[in-house]
Amino acid sequence: MKDSLRYNLRVIFVLTFASLICGFVLSFVFNSAKAKIKENEKKDIYRAIYQIVDNCKNVKEKRINEETVYYLFKEKDELIGYAYLSQGQGYQGKIKILFAVDKSIERLLGIEIIESVETPGLGSRINEEDFKNQFKNLKTNVPVECVKFSPQKENQVQAITSATISSRAVVSILNKGIQSLKSLVKEDGK
Amino acid sequence: MGSRSFKEGLWTNHPIFRQLLGMCPTLAVTTTVLNGISMGLAVIFVLFFSSLVVSLLRKVVPYQVRIAVYTIIIATFVTIVDIFLKANFPQVSKALGPYVPLIIVNCIILGRCEAFASKNKLSLALLDALGMGVGFFWGLVTLASVREILGQGTILGYRILPPSFNPLVVMILPPGAFLVLGSLVAIMNRLERIK
Repeated sequence: MKDSLRYNLRVIFVLTFASLICGFVLSFVFNSAKAKIKENEKKDIYRAIYQIVDNCKNVKEKRINEETVYYLFKEKDELIGYAYLSQGQGYQGKIKILFAVDKSIERLLGIEIIESVETPGLGSRINEEDFKNQFKNLKTNVPVECVKFSPQKENQVQAITSATISSRAVVSILNKGIQSLKSLVKEDGK
Repeated sequence: MGSRSFKEGLWTNHPIFRQLLGMCPTLAVTTTVLNGISMGLAVIFVLFFSSLVVSLLRKVVPYQVRIAVYTIIIATFVTIVDIFLKANFPQVSKALGPYVPLIIVNCIILGRCEAFASKNKLSLALLDALGMGVGFFWGLVTLASVREILGQGTILGYRILPPSFNPLVVMILPPGAFLVLGSLVAIMNRLERIK
């Protein structure tokens, strides 16, 4: 009886101690790499912006309410639209989407997936052009919808076969992002 | 004894071609040689350090929770690799995608920790880890070379086959992975029989 108690305490001790040390090591490694990872993400965002909006010549970042909105300009500093990074839960982990809209925030110019860890071969196909291109020129005053068969109505996109959750996640993250962007730009205009 | 543990993984008990372990990364990431090299190096790193820690702790860890402890140790090293790639080689990290975190469940690593490192002294455990790691590495690179040459006509991005060569797209698709793996296993078996 006494022995089994001692054994159990040892099990608890070893597991706790192992997790603590590993957690400590990881937080140290992560902290030392955080700045570089952020910088890489920023590069990805800029690359995505220039890919979506081909006549964009200049990008200015603006912090509004602790969030970053990207203002897109043509030559002679003419505003042509906004871009915003929206994130949310996908099927297996976080999905980060960058989308761009025109300057009146009425039409989507396009989306780009910045980060995702969806199932390879199924959910990961949200990265494919065929899926992303569906979002071009959609309206932003009504929510985008995700349907399983070829879209019948306006503002619908077709989900990827056997990756309905990932497709829906992209659409809902996008819709959420559009709402935030609208209120942020409004805030800024005040 | 020492050199035997090293050779085990390198040839006689090759993780891919003999034990058929770690098939998920083997089949999935070997579309280009660069991916194969990165995955191979990542696995060598994780296997080496996990074996080191597991072998050192072999008398401390209670039997019932050994797998849990090994998994924590392996997951830590895999996450370090993941963070390192994200910070320094974002392109590689993107190309390998979720397969880097998936090294945690690569059965070669847990298998070697459980079957070897936890029962042997440090020097043998390290040699075994290196042997298995390097074996896995050359397996991936061989598979990836065949697939990249036939599927794209290039190696490490450099064109080596004339432009008139029509790439066999199937080679970089999943069926290509199975075809090449099957052929390589057959060649290995043949070589074994000649001996």
